[in-house]
Amino acid sequence: MVAQWREGFELLQVEREVTADQNTMAVPRSVGSFINFIVGIAIGVFICSYFVSKATLHIQRNMQTNQNRHNFNHYNSLLKGITNCSSRRDQSVADELYKKVRILCWVMTAPKNLDTKAKHVKATWGKRCSILLFMSSESNPDFPTIGLETKEGRKQLYWKTIKAFHYVHRHHIDEADWFLKADDDTYVVVDNLRLLLSKYNPDEPLYMGRRFKMFLKQGYMSGGAGYVLSRESLKRYVAAFSDKACNHTSHVEDRALGKCMEILGITPGDSRDDHLRETFLPLTLLSHLIKRRPDSSFWYWKFTYYKATNGPECCSDLAISFHYVTPEQMHILEYYIYHLHAVGYKYRRKDFEEASEDGERRNSYLLTTAPPSTP
Amino acid sequence: MMTEGTSFVKGVMLGGMFCLVFTLFANTEIRGGSGLRSHEHHHLKAPNKEELLKLPEAKRLELSLTIRVLCLIMVTPKEIGYWASAVETWSKHCDKAVFYSPETIKIFESVSLATADKWIQTRKAFQHAYENYKDNYNWFFLVESTTFAIIENLKFFLLNKDPEQPFYVGHTVKSGDLEYVESSSGVVLSIEALERLYRILDDSAKCPEKGSLLWKMSQDKELAVCLKYTGVLADNAEDDEGKELFNSKNINTLVVEAMSKNPNEVVEGCCSDVAITFDGNSPNHMHVLMYGVYRLRPYGHTFNDALLFMPPVGSDND
Repeated sequence: MVAQWREGFELLQVEREVTADQNTMAVPRSVGSFINFIVGIAIGVFICSYFVSKATLHIQRNMQTNQNRHNFNHYNSLLKGITNCSSRRDQSVADELYKKVRILCWVMTAPKNLDTKAKHVKATWGKRCSILLFMSSESNPDFPTIGLETKEGRKQLYWKTIKAFHYVHRHHIDEADWFLKADDDTYVVVDNLRLLLSKYNPDEPLYMGRRFKMFLKQGYMSGGAGYVLSRESLKRYVAAFSDKACNHTSHVEDRALGKCMEILGITPGDSRDDHLRETFLPLTLLSHLIKRRPDSSFWYWKFTYYKATNGPECCSDLAISFHYVTPEQMHILEYYIYHLHAVGYKYRRKDFEEASEDGERRNSYLLTTAPPSTP
Repeated sequence: MMTEGTSFVKGVMLGGMFCLVFTLFANTEIRGGSGLRSHEHHHLKAPNKEELLKLPEAKRLELSLTIRVLCLIMVTPKEIGYWASAVETWSKHCDKAVFYSPETIKIFESVSLATADKWIQTRKAFQHAYENYKDNYNWFFLVESTTFAIIENLKFFLLNKDPEQPFYVGHTVKSGDLEYVESSSGVVLSIEALERLYRILDDSAKCPEKGSLLWKMSQDKELAVCLKYTGVLADNAEDDEGKELFNSKNINTLVVEAMSKNPNEVVEGCCSDVAITFDGNSPNHMHVLMYGVYRLRPYGHTFNDALLFMPPVGSDND
């Protein structure tokens, strides 16, 4: 290469000597050669860099492919052992909580709904309750349902509630910490309800659910979304009836029970999550999740105690209940919650268990007391 | 003249030499660096299964990032609602989502394929994807506008499959001798399969635009025929219990069917825990699916997976 350089230079020298002799004619010829030479260099560099860049790209692609293949083969050998296993579920924390937070669920149903609705509650979320009871006007030993000796129909609803809570108090007051009322078109995520209730003391009066603000100053809990009484609240509720402090005031059961709670001085609790999203959902999931301009005449916006919204902010990730659930939707919810998941996805929002700024209210009651002794 | 010619040639050679020497100097640096990198890998022992599951987050994330999926989503001008819900929901989880439409549509961003013929649309979409994205993605996933896909589950499925091998995967259907992937539940091609497809699309004898038979076949069958010429055969995707991963029906329909077929074990008999697609969803249902898949969960249940996916930036519904 150096030789070439020298050669080219010598050529120039020779040409210059030639032109020195031949003044007029030779000048254009040597300048011409020189220009050609420069142009030649430029074109040489240009052609070469074009081919070099193509080659580099090709080499780089091959290197990347080889690197990818190397990475892939490396990881593949690591994975041979685990790809046979499906995504593995670990429910040890849920199982621990099951032992500590005992929830009795009683489901309001009717003889004609057993095969169409109540059956699906039994097949899906009902089995996660510590105790599951179906309350009907008539007893059915096969299903089984408890007969409350009422008639059926809307006018009977509060009678059924009163009698159901009295039954549960008489037979199961010492077997559970919390007493949930649900409809046969309510789906309850019992694991998430356990989490909420684990932060409270069942021997204090608690009244928990989706708070509505109409009709009563302190509001009341939506019946369709399900509501919960602590053991202490249940004792006081039943005592209030024998004291005649409370009685059957109207058939609108959630409002009527709310009235009795008000008389007893038991305030409705706040069931919202750490991000202040609602957990008890009184409408269909679709109605809550679709973002649209709220129709101000729709009852929901008037009833909701805390500010509510539709769209993604409507609902907690750890939602506790859904209402107006059809039989197939019971199974669909069961599939979403306990089966279908995005493998390896790191949830955007952490669970309740992380400490929050509102430390006092959120501290788990369970951490400071021994578990209740089994009878 | 002679001197001018030779000086030109000498100039060219000189320029070429300069350039080569320069490049050589520059490249030895690069090659030296990469040599070091590959040397690093050779020091890692292959951990056993327990160790693998205890892989630190950074390593699991690294592993997950090696699988890069390009989503090709077919929309039409009448389906603005579907385009919007795909944009707002599941397609955010693709490494990249490209929308293809039969014509230019003012309201939404899409690549116009300038044809209403479904087979030509499929050809052009794959051609466009190959030409523009072959260097950055190793898997290519073609879906209809009514399909909801869970990309994390797709990546979990593709985890042990080498994209340098020809893969053509989805829900397969047999039609005589031909086994093809049904387009309604999604079609997955590895980069190798896509490359082979790209080359054979130019062969008008084996893979013509007008279709390979005298009568019109559906685009999913045409695709299978072309791929077959390149030696690529369709694979049906199942989980380790044999349940379908790509579903041409939505969850509602599948559950209702399961309720009549096995009423005592509805969910167990219905659908895979790691399902990848469901077709036949309305735009509103895509929002419900988003909540059901990426948010709604029971407290106290966790999963121990080798992969790790972070939620996408700037999204609020997942």
